[in-house]
Amino acid sequence: MVIIGAGQAAGQAAASLRQEGYEGSITIIGEESQPPYQRPPLSKAYLSGELPMERVLVRPAKFYDDKNITLHTGTRVESINRGTKSIATDDGQTFNYEKLLIATGSRPRKLSIPGSDLNGIHYLRTIDDVDGIRAAMENAKSLCIVGGGYIGLEVAAVAASSGLKVTVLEMESRILQRVTTPEMSEYYHALHTERGVNVMVNTGVSGFSGEGSVNEVLCGDDVRVQADLVIVGIGIIPNVELAEAAGIDCENGITVDAHCRTSDEDIYAAGDCTNHPNPILGRRLRLESVPNAMEQARVACANMLGGDKTYASVPWFWSDQYDLKLQMVGFSGDGDESVLRGDKAANQFAVFYLKDGNVVAVDAVNSPKEFMVCKQLYGKAVDKAALADPEVELKTLLN
Amino acid sequence: MPIVKFIEFNGKEHDIDANNGESIMVAATSNLVPGIDADCGGECSCATCHVLIGAEWQSKLETRTDSEESMLDLNPDRTDESRLSCQIIMSDNLDGIVVNLPEFQY
Repeated sequence: MVIIGAGQAAGQAAASLRQEGYEGSITIIGEESQPPYQRPPLSKAYLSGELPMERVLVRPAKFYDDKNITLHTGTRVESINRGTKSIATDDGQTFNYEKLLIATGSRPRKLSIPGSDLNGIHYLRTIDDVDGIRAAMENAKSLCIVGGGYIGLEVAAVAASSGLKVTVLEMESRILQRVTTPEMSEYYHALHTERGVNVMVNTGVSGFSGEGSVNEVLCGDDVRVQADLVIVGIGIIPNVELAEAAGIDCENGITVDAHCRTSDEDIYAAGDCTNHPNPILGRRLRLESVPNAMEQARVACANMLGGDKTYASVPWFWSDQYDLKLQMVGFSGDGDESVLRGDKAANQFAVFYLKDGNVVAVDAVNSPKEFMVCKQLYGKAVDKAALADPEVELKTLLN
Repeated sequence: MPIVKFIEFNGKEHDIDANNGESIMVAATSNLVPGIDADCGGECSCATCHVLIGAEWQSKLETRTDSEESMLDLNPDRTDESRLSCQIIMSDNLDGIVVNLPEFQY
């Protein structure tokens, strides 16, 4: 078994193959120098210094030796040869596979505008990226974040808490526009403003200026933001090029079926790079999410070993900003009405989203019970008045 | 190294050498003990590392934090023995702790 990529899906896949009793050879090939690690803490507790590197690894470094899993780090796969069922790497090696798992993940979308190659402009995807950002933050006074998505806002929270002057620039009319409702955008906008972050919407970046290193972000002719450090978080691009070059079907990600199998029956894919069907939601998705990477890895491995496992999970996500834990189930955009439970002013509330009276999503801020109940209420009808009343025990809604 | 005895729902036992300072969840996933998903990696965000620990060992553990309590509260398999294994850190005085795994994680 060969796994291309060494991220969270790859680490989980290697563990799952052994857990399922597979005793043959397992090879993981990844470009980064670290063993598989978790990315979510990178913009949160790893950036703040709360979590050391050992604690973000998917499995301890010695796990791979212990379990006889060959890990090639710092190695790039150049091509997949489906005819000979082999892959070639940039150090001239060839690996034969019986079954192949593509877990190549995604990469940050880059800006290509005047000044975008100046020093001091960073992207956040890898441990090396964050080590660079952390070092730069020590000497920086002002940080400008380009893009008001979850990554950008999480970094804003860490940086503002450590005393930096922080500006967030969002080209759309509201932050988190792509992923949440106007109501939640407004809440997070107010939260960051309260904590001293300058959030500017309807503000696209046109360039950067500085002598060798950035010191100003230019937004059209009128607006200039002073910053000695810039972090760009404007979305990610799935890494499909290897699969595409091998003639595997791709459309907004590597196309897989409910078994995580690609258009080649011996090649599977898992994680951010896939475009997969979700039978519960009734549509195809490409997700940037850890639970998705983990579950797809488990499903793919079971099937690579001859099993018949189907991927069918309700997506869920989380985001930590300041002392607030946001936990989400489903997609708020699927709802046609919403029900608020709790108190926004107290930073403890949940917004449930319903479609035709059935629960399809929740955004829960410091409300883990509401998050957990939504996982169980998903797709079911609910008494709206009871749901909105914090005095009503959530357990009674499950009957 | 303290030992954790994991017992799967089907009765299969795993005696695992844990490292002091690591969570019971990490001891399980590092040693391929099935039945603990731990999707969030130990942030008390997902409740997929639910385990059951009997009263004699519970008394040696720190009590549940509010967030652990809330995450467990709505678990259909919740009992007085329920804990999230990512929140229990191993030390020598937990040597021999018996951890029962539920049939499902939610």
